[in-house]
Amino acid sequence: MVGRPEPSPGLLRRLDDIARAAFPATGTVLLMVIAAGPSGVPGLVPAAALPCIVFWSVFRPGAMPPPAVFLLGLLQDLLTLAPLGTGVVTLLVAHALAVAWRRFLVRQSFMFVWLAFCGFSAATAALGWLLTALLAWNLPAFASAMHQAALSAGLYPAFAFVLSRIHGVMRRAEETP
Amino acid sequence: MIRLSIPLRQALARLSLPVLIAAAFGTMLLGKADALLAERARIALADALAPFYAAFAEPARAVRETVEEFQQLLVLREENARLREENERLRRWQAAALALEMENAQLRRHLDFVPERAPAFHTARVVADGGGVYARAVLLSIPPEIQVRRGQIALDERGFVGRVTEVGSRSARVLLATDMNSRIPVTLEGSRVRAMMVGTNGARPRLQHWSEGSRPAEGERVVTSAEGVAFPAGLPVGVVRWTEGGVAEVELFARADRLDMVRLFDFGLGGILPPEAIARPEPRPRR
Repeated sequence: MVGRPEPSPGLLRRLDDIARAAFPATGTVLLMVIAAGPSGVPGLVPAAALPCIVFWSVFRPGAMPPPAVFLLGLLQDLLTLAPLGTGVVTLLVAHALAVAWRRFLVRQSFMFVWLAFCGFSAATAALGWLLTALLAWNLPAFASAMHQAALSAGLYPAFAFVLSRIHGVMRRAEETP
Repeated sequence: MIRLSIPLRQALARLSLPVLIAAAFGTMLLGKADALLAERARIALADALAPFYAAFAEPARAVRETVEEFQQLLVLREENARLREENERLRRWQAAALALEMENAQLRRHLDFVPERAPAFHTARVVADGGGVYARAVLLSIPPEIQVRRGQIALDERGFVGRVTEVGSRSARVLLATDMNSRIPVTLEGSRVRAMMVGTNGARPRLQHWSEGSRPAEGERVVTSAEGVAFPAGLPVGVVRWTEGGVAEVELFARADRLDMVRLFDFGLGGILPPEAIARPEPRPRR
């Protein structure tokens, strides 16, 4: 906040602000680590990372800056056996598109955002497939990429439901003086 | 914090994304150029997360078991009938096995037979899915006092699971037989035909390169082959299944999608180690 004289905030208030700013990234990290557990569903880590990153990039881009997305992508690549860097590139591209279209997306209904997210998940899965194919110089199964896209698109409503509740709580907390 | 003018700050904010995307491509090239670095980073992260996963494994298993139990309740009647029938069949087999054991003991007494040493093994818990979209692997939590070596063979209670490809101080990664990079030399137990079991990332690996004129029979048992000195002969792998499209596949005995414990056997074999992209062979002293 520049140019507005504010009373120095108390310690609790500041802790509160920090927690609120850090929640999207740390929450995503935690979810990804849990998703890496032995669930028997392949590709759950990227399917958990993408909805969180797109949601926060659209609704709270300040708390999901590009460096955080970079680190989350790196974590995704290290948690899975994907070629290093593919997750970073796909998530950064998804983040960039989400931020570019956020003014438009924020005003739309949930169904429309979900549809847009389906596009996001298909595009990132295709990009991930392309990068994997280029790096390994052979064609991986396209079915895996489609499974990946369908899984993250299907998981989005569940994530969005919880995250939008949390987002609402955060906004209320910010509005009360 | 450094105070910057607003336009400069905005310019920096606008620049950060392209710079990071460029850095991401750089990471990609780095990971491609130095596979060892990626592997080290991966195993360091796995080591760091292993205690967390180990703590988390207990409640996760409780949840999974509850769900499974509920599903089993639904099919209890059918299951009971099937089990009764199976029990009957197994009793007959038991009788046959006991008779054979007796005969074997008698025959052994007539020979100067030195029994094989039972191989040493450690049991480890599967704590995380180490694969991802295009790979099938699991992460094991290893107590520090246990020595695990790359190339060790993992079996679950039913059969062959895969091989250890990366080893950290508290964790190890096992590349499953279903992974696309997995190539396992196998023998068909009945006909003694050799073949290659090739992973496809699907539930059933394919059978390839069998000798001409000896078509694998549906339902034939598949065991590992000692060819290539990577596996001991005769570990149970699965049974042959022909698909409708005419592809020979192996239905694994092991439940690769629902592993919770695996046994790591050290047969003292080196042989061919997993491919370069997954893990580099460790330098071994020449014998």
